[in-house]
Amino acid sequence: MYVAVKGGERAIDNAHAWLAEERRGDPSVDELSVAQICEQLSLAVNRVMAEGSLYDPDLAALAIKQARGDMIEAIFLIRAYRTTLPRFGYSSPVETANMACDRRISATFKDAPGGQVLGPTFDYTHRLLDFALAAEGDTPEAAEGIARHEPTPHITEFLNQEGLIQTEEDTDKTPGDLTREPLELPANRALRLQSLSRGDEGFVLGMAYSTQRGYARNHAFVGELRIGKVDVEMEIPELGFSIDIGEIELTECETVNQFTGSKTEPPQFTRGYGLVFGQSERKSISMALVDRALRWKELGEDNLGAPAQDEEFVLYHSDNIQATGFLEHIKLPHYVDFQSELELIRKLRREAMGEMKEAAE
Amino acid sequence: MTSELARRDWMSLLAKAPAQTLQSLWQATGLDPEFSWLRSPEIGATMVRGRMGGTGAPFNLGEMTVTRCSLQLTSGEVGHAYIQGRDKAKARIAAIIDALMQGPQGENLRATLIARLEAEMLAAKSKRAAKAAATKVDFFTMVRGEDQ
Repeated sequence: MYVAVKGGERAIDNAHAWLAEERRGDPSVDELSVAQICEQLSLAVNRVMAEGSLYDPDLAALAIKQARGDMIEAIFLIRAYRTTLPRFGYSSPVETANMACDRRISATFKDAPGGQVLGPTFDYTHRLLDFALAAEGDTPEAAEGIARHEPTPHITEFLNQEGLIQTEEDTDKTPGDLTREPLELPANRALRLQSLSRGDEGFVLGMAYSTQRGYARNHAFVGELRIGKVDVEMEIPELGFSIDIGEIELTECETVNQFTGSKTEPPQFTRGYGLVFGQSERKSISMALVDRALRWKELGEDNLGAPAQDEEFVLYHSDNIQATGFLEHIKLPHYVDFQSELELIRKLRREAMGEMKEAAE
Repeated sequence: MTSELARRDWMSLLAKAPAQTLQSLWQATGLDPEFSWLRSPEIGATMVRGRMGGTGAPFNLGEMTVTRCSLQLTSGEVGHAYIQGRDKAKARIAAIIDALMQGPQGENLRATLIARLEAEMLAAKSKRAAKAAATKVDFFTMVRGEDQ
């Protein structure tokens, strides 16, 4: 028999009111503004934009405040919001070769044109807690050098000139869009990249790490890592020509991987690619490693049965909003389901006990 | 008549301009022309595309918020705005400026507003580039035993 259960409205209202109070915390402590989150927790903002798959720093900061700093909850809020937005169109592909680089490093070429530019990095810090930050104080202004305005060339292009690295073919083909059609397998590389770029940082990192530890052997070098702003250009239908509609910060990682050749390809270097909203270096490198591992089929490599080569495993488990939705639903009321399980286990026990009794007699 | 290329430039500049800078420069002009909406400001999203490997075929990276509007001045010029973010006030100013730039006040506005906006944005960009340049690594080779 199905029994509908209602109730709890007052409890829910009161729980949400208490949530709001706890979110605010001790009222004698100054309230955090959205602008403060945006400016001072910018890497958290970047992660919410990347995994929420919507570039809007103010919205991401608001989501972080509303979610009390719970990143996945904040990403959930952004994903929910983005579904309410009408789609104005698709941009032209951003040209990362024209990026105004804040940071640009290569682990493969020391003397790359444009140089090794460290940017505002945590690298080479000692990872010791800085208690000076616990006290308020002025931050000294960063040093300035002589600004370069010319574009910084992609390092892999130098390898490409010698034919030592696989060429990335440009096509006019319209790429599939995960936000329009559900993901179907086998997915092509365009869909994989879209999925990885908005995938959970921890999951993608774990998958990438597994490839380094030997699950799908692909020894990757960071050919180049660059962070900076690029223009976003879109054709305006009313005008019939393209304009820049804005500029966004991106992190791009190109890995260079040893490749001994296969039935279809000569020995050459191959590539993995990571491109992520904001300053998201760990995510971008992880994405490049997983992208490379998932390319085994098109490069004619062997399937070693490694998790990172398993497209279905990676793509169906990388989205933290899908994952958290399914995971967390089991805490919601399942009274009726559970009632039937209870009935079943009682019946099985009765039968088993009866058999035991018979056997004993 | 202004060329398509020039219009592309100022529209791009207006889209990328910091809202506060644009607003203060606009207010300083003292202009407030009458207009009617062809499309009142609307917030939506554009899907941003990247290229595989930085140079290859396109893929969909993720969306960005965009505000757009269209209007017509009583003098007849039509202005459009497509700007990053969710800022209807900024979109309105950008569309009015786009319309004015096509009319007799274009030359004046180019000097009092567009050129200044461009200079301010270039200065901010140069400052960031200068800070990046200060973090460029200068390698030097240690003297090794066999060289002595």
